[in-house]
Amino acid sequence: MSNTLIQLENLTKVYQVGETEVQALRGVSYKVEAGEFLAIMGPSGSGKSTLMNIIGCLDRPTSGKYYLEGEEVSTFDKNRLARIRNQKIGFVFQTFNLLPRTTALENVELPLLYSDVHPKDRTEIALRALDTVGLKERAYHKTNQLSGGEQQRIAIGRALLNNPSLILADEPTGNLDTKTSAEIMSIFTRLNEEKKITMVMVTHEPDIACYARKRIYIRDGKIIREELGREGCEEHLKKEQ
Amino acid sequence: MNIWRTTKVALRALSRNKMRTFLTALGIIIGVGAVISMVSIGEGAKRGVEERFNAMGTNLLFVSPGSRSRGGVHTGSGGFITLKPEDAEVIERQCSAVKYTSPSVSTRAQVVYSNKNWNTSIQGTGARYPEIRNWEIEVGTYFDESQVKAGAKVCVLGSEVKKNLFEDEDAVGKVIRIKKIPFRVLGVLKSKGESGGWFNRDDMITIPYTSAMKRLMGVDYISSIDIQAVSMARTKEAQGQIEELLRIRHKIAPGAEDDFQVRNMSEIAEGAAQATGIMTILLGSIASISLLVGGIGIMNIMLVSVTERIREIGIRMAVGAREKDILLQFLTEAVVLSVLGGLIGIFFGVGLSKVLKYISIFSQFKTAVSIQAIVMAFAFSASVGIFFGFYPARKASRLDPIEALRYE
Repeated sequence: MSNTLIQLENLTKVYQVGETEVQALRGVSYKVEAGEFLAIMGPSGSGKSTLMNIIGCLDRPTSGKYYLEGEEVSTFDKNRLARIRNQKIGFVFQTFNLLPRTTALENVELPLLYSDVHPKDRTEIALRALDTVGLKERAYHKTNQLSGGEQQRIAIGRALLNNPSLILADEPTGNLDTKTSAEIMSIFTRLNEEKKITMVMVTHEPDIACYARKRIYIRDGKIIREELGREGCEEHLKKEQ
Repeated sequence: MNIWRTTKVALRALSRNKMRTFLTALGIIIGVGAVISMVSIGEGAKRGVEERFNAMGTNLLFVSPGSRSRGGVHTGSGGFITLKPEDAEVIERQCSAVKYTSPSVSTRAQVVYSNKNWNTSIQGTGARYPEIRNWEIEVGTYFDESQVKAGAKVCVLGSEVKKNLFEDEDAVGKVIRIKKIPFRVLGVLKSKGESGGWFNRDDMITIPYTSAMKRLMGVDYISSIDIQAVSMARTKEAQGQIEELLRIRHKIAPGAEDDFQVRNMSEIAEGAAQATGIMTILLGSIASISLLVGGIGIMNIMLVSVTERIREIGIRMAVGAREKDILLQFLTEAVVLSVLGGLIGIFFGVGLSKVLKYISIFSQFKTAVSIQAIVMAFAFSASVGIFFGFYPARKASRLDPIEALRYE
């Protein structure tokens, strides 16, 4: 049996908006093996963000079970979820979400503030992560002096810091141009192939989704379709060439 | 996160908005500064009073007419005619613990010398008055026992009276008129400089009490007796002897109330110290209100800061900050802010206390900076930080990471 990283069993999520209940997820079951590269696609309001938040341990499902590396994290309290986010998950956001007026290095170091890493080792680890995304020489630049692509690379550096098993990217190229998007995606591909880090990415751009080796489509809180390999990507690949 | 790291993060966050940080800390700076300087004024006043009483001599006792019940009706003390000059004489003669006594009466009168006149206090005293009260004669002499017995028309001037009537002229041997009666000047008292607060010792004339009673006031009673005990240690003993003697002399039945009061200087000094102590507490508590206001300022700015940094909080939570970490971060910011303000406030307060010495209306208080006030104000400012920082910090820590990340 291969190594299952994420196992979702009949997840539902209900939001209470005023008097009405909104069903964001209606029974999602899925498995992600370690080392996979998965894209989640779907129109807005389909529930893909909710699914991302639950996988990212930022939120808990209303019912159903979520196992991450065999642990049933759906039962964890806030503090234990924070610990999981710190140790096992790296986040990359559409809007980068870096601290303003702070150096690249300090941003990358951030997760280490909340882990047990000795302060002496922090800078070294952070610089190594910056090197991985090719921004070592920008370590002492303030984030607002950097371009969008560079900012996203710093965010990736931050996500890599605690050697996560999983990187979650929420529309990582949404605010970037085509060329920079391709750069970011090649970093993801490299991390996935070389470091065997599992990638889960939400996007609504089909060509970006084609970097992933598996794609699932969500609509109305349910997985409606799964694509494997290059299936459905022929057009995009052609365009690129 | 340990405390040192958290403090560093807090300092960095505070340094991002220096002007705001300074203005917020200013509330605490002023609060702590006010507490320290106000308490130092109070302390100074207390010390001043203590010094003054010590200078007067702690082996001093006073006898004054006390409340007497007349047909069951109590009247307040003072304004009674129960003390006679003979009481003073007998006390001096019969009480072994008493060294000197001096009967005393006082009035105000217009005094005239050539074309100058002055309205001042006239004190009728015994011959031993300067010894009892620790007063010194600048020039000339004080009147003696025989002049007191005879009710002689002689007087000794306070330095201010001398200045007003004679200017630079020599006063000794000259004749002044008090209520149109001629009195010969025997001497001038040494200036005491500062006033005793309620009574200016330089602006008065002393004459034999006999002369004051007979010639100026036309009374046969005295208003008080000043008594010097043999030593400070025997003051209590003297008080007992005087009370016993006066009860016999005034024919007060056992169990009945005294018609006089004997107070010793240390009692009076204690009372005065208590009064200034109350003043210190009052000043201190008024000043602490500004510290409280400073604390509210911190709370206000921390709430703004939390709202501004909701996204930052979301990011920190996403990368693994627990509720506790966020709470600690914002609480530390508030405490660092108030402690910094407190430290600067200490310098400000101590400096202000020193400066106040040179401002005339405060100079008489001789401000004294007390360590307790510093420690208290500092501890108070730190706890103000914790108290007022807690609510905003808790608000920050309770944020939902998803909403915080999405916040625009």
